[in-house]
Amino acid sequence: MTKVVAVTGNEAVANAFRQIEPDVCAAYPITPQTELMQRFASFVSNGQVKTELILVESEHSALSACVGAAAAGGRVATATSSQGLALMWEILFIAAGFRLPIVMPVVNRALSAPINIHCDHSDAMGARDSGWIQLWSENAQEAYDNTIQAFRIAEDMDIRLPVMVCYDGFIISHSIERIEYLDDETVKSFVGDYKPLFPLLDVDNPKSFGPLILTDLYHEVRKAHSETYKKVPQVVLRVAEEFEKISGRKYGFFEAYRLEDAEIGIVILNSAAGTTKDVIDEYRQRGVKVGLLKPRLFRPFPYEEIGNALKHLKALCVLDRADAFGGSYGPLYLDIAASLCNYSQKPLLINRIYGLGGRDYMPEQAAKVIEELMEIAKTGKVGSLKEYIGVRE
Amino acid sequence: MIGWKDIPPGMVILEAGSAMKIKTGSWRAAYRPKWIEENCIHCLLCWLYCPDNSVKVKDGKRGEFDYDYCKGCGICAVECPGKKGNKAIVMEEEVK
Amino acid sequence: MATPLNLKELSKQEIRFTAGHRLCAGCAAPTVVKMILLAACDYPVVAASSTGCLEVSSCISTYTAWKIPWIHNAFENAAATLSGVETMYRALKKQGKIDRDIKFIAICGDGGTYDIGFQSLSGAMERGHDMLYVCYDNGAYMNTGIQRSGATPTFADTTTCPAGAVIPGKPQQRKDLTRIMAAHGIPYVAQASPSHWPDLMKKVRKAIETPGAKFINIFTPCNRGWRSRTDDAILLSRLAVETCFWPLYEVENGVTRVTVKPKEKKPIVEFLKAQGRFKHIFEPGREQMIEAIQQAIDKNWERLLKEEEISASGEKAE
Ligand SMILES: Cc1ncc(C[n+]2csc(CCOP(=O)(O)OP(=O)(O)O)c2C)c(N)n1
Ligand code: SF4
Ligand code: SF4
Ligand code: SF4
Ligand SMILES: [Mg+2]
Repeated sequence: MTKVVAVTGNEAVANAFRQIEPDVCAAYPITPQTELMQRFASFVSNGQVKTELILVESEHSALSACVGAAAAGGRVATATSSQGLALMWEILFIAAGFRLPIVMPVVNRALSAPINIHCDHSDAMGARDSGWIQLWSENAQEAYDNTIQAFRIAEDMDIRLPVMVCYDGFIISHSIERIEYLDDETVKSFVGDYKPLFPLLDVDNPKSFGPLILTDLYHEVRKAHSETYKKVPQVVLRVAEEFEKISGRKYGFFEAYRLEDAEIGIVILNSAAGTTKDVIDEYRQRGVKVGLLKPRLFRPFPYEEIGNALKHLKALCVLDRADAFGGSYGPLYLDIAASLCNYSQKPLLINRIYGLGGRDYMPEQAAKVIEELMEIAKTGKVGSLKEYIGVRE
Repeated sequence: MIGWKDIPPGMVILEAGSAMKIKTGSWRAAYRPKWIEENCIHCLLCWLYCPDNSVKVKDGKRGEFDYDYCKGCGICAVECPGKKGNKAIVMEEEVK
Repeated sequence: MATPLNLKELSKQEIRFTAGHRLCAGCAAPTVVKMILLAACDYPVVAASSTGCLEVSSCISTYTAWKIPWIHNAFENAAATLSGVETMYRALKKQGKIDRDIKFIAICGDGGTYDIGFQSLSGAMERGHDMLYVCYDNGAYMNTGIQRSGATPTFADTTTCPAGAVIPGKPQQRKDLTRIMAAHGIPYVAQASPSHWPDLMKKVRKAIETPGAKFINIFTPCNRGWRSRTDDAILLSRLAVETCFWPLYEVENGVTRVTVKPKEKKPIVEFLKAQGRFKHIFEPGREQMIEAIQQAIDKNWERLLKEEEISASGEKAE
């Protein structure tokens, strides 16, 4: 049984938390995440959930407490944005290295300096190699659905890894959308009872977490860790399949939109994919064969599947909502380029940086990119590889 | 040393007290403690203060040193009250 | 019934920190850990440590000296980490999934406590988690090679405040962390020394029997960093108490009590001269430095006695 509601992204994710009832959550305020944990705190205060909240004094402690709580042997979640995620950076690697299934919505926001509270993806991109699984979400529905699936993915006994659920600050976190909630019982039985692995609180079988590992063993530990990520894609698909059964909504590694017969394409994450799809529809009506790929599983990156889905194109633009300063390309571009590099037939690539610090991404920008791609496809010539769009001269 | 396939998830150590496999007695350089039983009042201070659990105690009575682990620091000898001013522990030259 | 705190009885208990650890010969840290765990012998304990000598030497490769559940997360977050463990314990207990009565103890170095971990500690104490945080204070960042910390005593020679021709060791005074923790208004705060083991164990036991957040600061000689003998850890900690460099006291529900008063207060020189890190202040022409240290100690001791007196009269008035 489902229920259609009009809610914000934060409200939807808070509701997913309410339905899942983690044993312990840590929370520290930061815009635009704040409202999510505030809403969840009221569920705690009103006795609607069994969760124990830890209202820490920083995000560094939020994640540190989550590591302790998860190692102790129960279901754990927190949430953050921007500076908060940056402050957690050190512990992100430890949570992953300990293989702790912590779930953390990241409400994407730009990084300082200058300080800015609005959306871009530099926060989560900065954490992309920390070992957390990353699921990206176009809208409130996807944020809600991804949050529910995140617990199942994280807690899968084959992988036991932390998961970030990324969705755009304000654009999604604070805008009201029509979404479909699953009922509480369905979510609870989908997520299931928590099964601990090596719980610290099992005092009769004492374990030590966090040994010093030196040159004689570190390389092996990291190799073992790296191998774990190979198992993630199957788990993500398995969970998505089961989720489809309870929701009717289909999820995979990415969404391919009018891509199969396309000649030119755009790769873009999160909310801006919606606008882009509308513009693609307009061009399709005019007979332009353009399509889109919107990654969902960004970490681990499904190189093979994404490369396969894009290799037939003539020209491709990767739109990044984060820059890589110091001369390199945007983070999404780099992975897309890597996924295509070994094919003999592959599209010409360009990288465009858009929407930093919440700058609106308008249909005209998408249209301009499509026009440029049409030109590249026709001439076989690339003007500039990397460029900001929607920027004042 | 184990290969990567045998690394436990999260590198969690499942065998409590496995450090006992490391025989730190090999660290002893110049001196080793010697117990002089007749001077011992079985106060057990040496047992308590030893940083390396190298004084054996049975039924509340002091036993021999555990040279497998004793690092030869000499704390036990300094703290031993002994009997009538005669220490029950002395440090003597290490014989290897 | 609680195990009596005498050595005959305690020696029948399992020592839950084994030999085979790699702390230096004569390091006081393992002895301090042993005393803490013996005092808590009637309970299952879950412990956490911050990065530092104790952590790297007790759990390395596939070898752990801990016979209790133990977690090392990072350098500055043992308090937050353990607060997470303790919260999960409460959550699962409430749900009926755990019925054991478990105690939670953090054991961390002064760097991980006074300095980089101070925020995490302060936060955990303010939130009132049911845990005991113990600082083993060896007065510097020993693990990384004896750099100064907020706990390093005035004029001590460390690798980052080396005694030079112009700057004679650490110019600043120590941070009085125990008082800062008392100012948090938590139910139990104390200072202890392994030389006075019955006092130390009583304090640990009192702390774990008291619900809420507790803090104990334990004097923990490091012969390598202090350039002292490998056999004098207990002797030096006794001198620290007898010179009133390290007063033994507790603050229980706001009431200060000095638990050990030296029969006669020894001059600080006796403590200083046994340590190479103070060697430079015994050079001719630097007498005023020793005098300054003595004055600071006298002043602090007087203040503590006064605080105890005010505390006691306040109690009577209630
Ligand atoms: C964030 C961070 N900064 C610095 C370090 C390096 N580091 C590791 S242990 C340590 C000093 C530990 O000092 P203390 O807490 O006093 O413990 P001790 O080694 O003296 O017992 C330092 C500086 C680190 N591991 N992490
Ligand atoms: S300290 Fe000395 S007297 Fe006491 S038990 Fe040990 S050996 Fe015997
Ligand atoms: S010499 Fe040191 S390590 Fe050896 S028994 Fe005595 S106190 Fe223990
Ligand atoms: S350096 Fe000091 S604190 Fe570290 S193990 Fe050696 S004696 Fe102990
Ligand atoms: Mg230290």
